[in-house]
Amino acid sequence: MSRMGAKNMISHSFRIAWKDLLEVFRNRMGLVLLILMPIFMMVMVGYIYPSDNSLSNVTVALVNEDVGYGGYTNASSTLIAILENANNSTDLMTLTTASSFDEVREMIQRGDVDAGIIISSDFTSSIMNGQQGTITLVTDQSNLQMSSMLQAVLQEVFDQLGTGLAQQNVQSLGVDPSNSLAVVQPYNVQTEGAIEGDFSYFDFVAPGIIAMTVMMSVMTGLPVAISEERESGTLDGMMVAPISRLSVILGKTLAQIGRGLLQGLIIIVIAVSFFGVTIHGSILLVFALLLLCVFSFVGLGIVLTSFTKDQETATMLMTTIMFPMMFLSGVFFPIEQMPWFMQTLSNVLPLTYVTGALRKVMVLGADISMITTELAILIGFGTVMIAIAVPVFKRAMTS
Amino acid sequence: MENDVMIELKNLTKKFNDFTAVDHISFDVKKSEVFGLLGPNGAGKTTIIRMLSTLTRPTEGTATIGGYDIVKQDNKVRQLIGLVSEKMIMYDRLTAKENLRFFGKLYNIPKNTLNERIGELLELVQLTKWKDSKVGTFSTGMRQRMNVVRALLNMPKVLFLDEPTLGLDPQSTVEVREFIKKINKENKTTIILTTHMMNEADRLCDRIGIIDNGQITALDTSTNLKKLVSGDDATVLKLEIPNLTKKMVTKMESLDCVKSVAQENASHIKIHATGDKAFDAIIDAVRAENAKINSIEKLQPTLEDVFLHITGREVRDKADTKIPVKHGPGHRGFRQRRRVR
Ligand SMILES: Nc1ncnc2c1ncn2[C@@H]1O[C@H](COP(=O)(O)OP(=O)(O)OP(=O)(O)O)[C@@H](O)[C@H]1O
Ligand SMILES: [Mg+2]
Repeated sequence: MSRMGAKNMISHSFRIAWKDLLEVFRNRMGLVLLILMPIFMMVMVGYIYPSDNSLSNVTVALVNEDVGYGGYTNASSTLIAILENANNSTDLMTLTTASSFDEVREMIQRGDVDAGIIISSDFTSSIMNGQQGTITLVTDQSNLQMSSMLQAVLQEVFDQLGTGLAQQNVQSLGVDPSNSLAVVQPYNVQTEGAIEGDFSYFDFVAPGIIAMTVMMSVMTGLPVAISEERESGTLDGMMVAPISRLSVILGKTLAQIGRGLLQGLIIIVIAVSFFGVTIHGSILLVFALLLLCVFSFVGLGIVLTSFTKDQETATMLMTTIMFPMMFLSGVFFPIEQMPWFMQTLSNVLPLTYVTGALRKVMVLGADISMITTELAILIGFGTVMIAIAVPVFKRAMTS
Repeated sequence: MENDVMIELKNLTKKFNDFTAVDHISFDVKKSEVFGLLGPNGAGKTTIIRMLSTLTRPTEGTATIGGYDIVKQDNKVRQLIGLVSEKMIMYDRLTAKENLRFFGKLYNIPKNTLNERIGELLELVQLTKWKDSKVGTFSTGMRQRMNVVRALLNMPKVLFLDEPTLGLDPQSTVEVREFIKKINKENKTTIILTTHMMNEADRLCDRIGIIDNGQITALDTSTNLKKLVSGDDATVLKLEIPNLTKKMVTKMESLDCVKSVAQENASHIKIHATGDKAFDAIIDAVRAENAKINSIEKLQPTLEDVFLHITGREVRDKADTKIPVKHGPGHRGFRQRRRVR
C-alpha cells in the first residue's frame, strides 16, 4: 500500500510538473522574459562597472610648459617619451597637444578630451636642482570612474620615470648599477591573475547571475505559482482529488527546477557565446552546483509559500528577501569590498556559497575538492530547510 | 433506512478567527437526492461545500459522505466526490482535452478508459468540436460546461455544485440545469447545489435548506416551504395602485390580517396576508383612502417569498433589537459577485 502510495505520489507529481511546464511554454510573453531578463542583467551590470581592460583610447591633452634649464629640457622629453611608449603598447590614451591649462580645461568642458597633463615650466630645472618636478593631471570630475583609473595609470608611469631618475642619482653616489633599482625601490608589486587570458567583469558576474536566477526560480517562482493557482481556484481541483498533498508541492517544485535549470543553461550559453565568458572548470560540476543550488533553496521556497496566502504578498515577500540577497551575496561586487559587518551578514546567506563555489569552478577552474566547504554548507542548509518545509506545508494545506 | 443516507452533517461548524461562518449545521442528504442550499451572499454556502469536499477543515462537528469521515478518511471521501466550485477549475493555456486528461490522471483512471470517458463527456456537452482549443478562448457558457464535466471525470457518487449557473445567460443556464438533472437521473448521483436564485432551487431540488448567517433556518421540500407562506388561509396579493402613498402602505401594514407589505415600485405592492377576510379588508382600506385599484392578482407563492418570509424578517428583527450582526469581509451587498477568470 505505501509502496503504491509512493509510486502514485511520484507519478502524480510528474503529471503536475508536466502540466506546469506546458503552461510555461504556452505563455509566449513569459517565455521571452524568461530569456531576456538574465541577458538584460548581464548587459546592464557588465557595462555599469567597466573593468580595467575596457578602458582604452582615452583622449588626453598634453601641455608642455617646461622652459628647460640651461638649454636642457631632457626631463620633460623623457617623460613624454615614456608616456608615448607606454601608450603604444596599451592603446590606453590618444595624446594631443595643447598650449595652456585654460585651454585644457575648456577642451574637457567641451568634451574634446577626457583629461589633461600639464608639465610645469620649472620641471627640468627643479629636477636638475634635486627638487621634485611638478606634473598636474587635469581630470573630468564628472567621470569619476575614468579619472581614478587614469590617475592610477599615470601614477605608474610617473613612478617609473621617478625611479629612473632616482636610479641615476643613486648611481652617481657609487652604487653598482645592477643593484640601484633595489636600493631605490625595494618592493616591486606586480599583479597577475590566477588564470591566463583576459578577465572581464562578465567573467566575474556571470556565475553570480546564474546562481541568482536559479535561486529566484525556486524561491519566487514556487510561491507565485502556488498562490496563482490558489487564487484562480485551480488548486482546489488538485486538492479535491485523492492525491497526496505532497505530490502537489513536489510537482510544482519539479516544474520550477526545470524552469530554473533551463534559464541557467540559457545564461551560460549566452555568456559564453556573446560575452566572451570562459568556463575553466568542468561543465558537469557547474550543473551539479546548479542542482545543489535548487536543492538548498527549495525548502525555503516551500516554507515561504506556506505562509503566503495570495500572490501580492508572495511577490512582496520575495522581493524583500531577494534584494538584500542579491547585493550581499557577492553577485555583483566582491564580498571583500564590503565593510566587515556586511561581510558577516553575507556569510550567513546561502547564496554567497553558491556564487562563491560557482565562481571558483567557472573562473578558477576549481575541481570538487576545492569547494567542499561550500558543498557541505549548501547540503546542510537544504536538508534542514526541507525537513522544516514538509510538515509546515502539510499543515498549511489543510487549514 | 439508515443505508439511504449519503451525506450526514452533525453540528458542522466553521469559524474564521472569532467570526462564525457556519454555525452548528446538521442535516442528512439521501442517496440520489438533489439537495439545495439556498441563501444570500455570505450566508456560508461555499464554506459548507468546502468543508464537505475536504478543502477546509471544520472547526467543530463532523460530517460523513458515504459513511466516510470528511476529516479522518478524507482520501476515501475524495474518491467519491466531484466538485464544481464557484471559481473555474481549468487552465486557460491548456486545451479542453489536455485539461480533462490532467485532472483525470489525478484519479488514476487508466489511459484508455480516460480517453473514452473524455470523448463521451465532451460529446455530452457539445464541446467535441473544441476539444483541441485552449480553454482560455472559450465563452463563459462553454467554460462552465467544461467545469461541470471536469467534476464528472471520476464518475462521482456525490456531486457538489457551488452556484453552477452563476454568470450564465438564460439559455446556458437552462442547458446547465438540464444537464444537472440528467446526471442525477441517469447516474443516480447525489447532488448538493448552492444557489441564491430561488427559481433554480425550486426547479432542481428535491429538498431545500434555507441558510442565513451560517444557520439553517428552514429545511423542507419546495412545496412544503411554500406552504409556510401561503398555507390554507394565507394569500399573497399583488395590487396596482397608480397614486400609491406612503400613508396607504403604513395603513395596510397595520391591518390585523396583513403579515407584511413589500412595495415593489411606484405603483405595485405585494401583500402577505392571512384569513378569509383579508381580501375585503385590504380593498376597503384602499377605498377609504379614495385610491383607485388598477389590478389585483393572487400570486402563487414562490421560494422568493419563502425566503423573504424567513430570512428577511429575521434580519430585520435583529437590526431592530440588537447591535448589528458582525460580518466578515464578505458581508452581503459589499462583496463583489463576479466569476474569477
Ligand atoms: N477564508 C476566509 N477567511 C475569513 N472569512 C471567510 C473566509 N471564507 C469565507 N469567509 C466568510 O464567511 C462567510 C461565509 O462565506 P461563504 O463564502 O461561505 O458565503 P456564501 O454563502 O458562499 O456566499 P456567496 O453567495 O457570496 O458565495 C462570509 O462572511 C465570508 O466573508
Ligand atoms: Mg459562495
